[in-house]
Amino acid sequence: MITLLFFAYLKETIGKERLQLDASSMTVKALKQQLASDYGLDLQHVMVAVNEEYAVDDRVLQAGDIVAFIPPVSGG
Amino acid sequence: MTTLFTITDQPISIEEVVHKVIRPEAGAVTTFIGTVRELTNGKRTLFLQYEAYVSMAEKMLAQIGIEIKERWPEAEVAITHRIGRLEISDIAVVIAVSTPHRKDAYEANRYAIERIKQIVPIWKKEYWEDGTEWVGNQLETKAYPKGKPEGEDVV
Repeated sequence: MITLLFFAYLKETIGKERLQLDASSMTVKALKQQLASDYGLDLQHVMVAVNEEYAVDDRVLQAGDIVAFIPPVSGG
Repeated sequence: MTTLFTITDQPISIEEVVHKVIRPEAGAVTTFIGTVRELTNGKRTLFLQYEAYVSMAEKMLAQIGIEIKERWPEAEVAITHRIGRLEISDIAVVIAVSTPHRKDAYEANRYAIERIKQIVPIWKKEYWEDGTEWVGNQLETKAYPKGKPEGEDVV
């Protein structure tokens, strides 16, 4: 299983801050596409972090990974 | 032990952040203090809610510290960002940079705030008189009133 984390408007749209999913051996890109279609989201400008580091689209996910969906940030 | 890069849900002490970087080698300390603005393009903010992916945000702040060391090897940096509900004029972020000479302290401090707006997973929700909006990009010019990008942003 992998853990998905959502923040800001994504958390509100999905209605959860955390999901467990069997997405092992999926790529980040495939996972984004699946979520986009499941929840009707536009994730084009959403970055993904795997285990607290920004990840590229072709990163392959492994069991135990923590995958965070990071909308454009607005700190400061 | 003091931590140089911190996310907190408590009010920030400017003094405390500054003291983390003061040392005998330094002849200059610059601080950047980000505060909650009431009016943005004529629209009145009532208060803000900041949210962070805290563990990663602290790592990214530390990474900004590493980047600054690469560019200004003699700089010391400390950054504290507050999350939770903030009222008008509350301090959201304090960046302190010390260097032997002033020029580097100014430049490195500017670099830190620009990078925060690019890579640190912190989000700001505006509470206006007539609704709420997550601020959708680091330039603070775009918001998603319906909770997600729409219209010309969805191409």
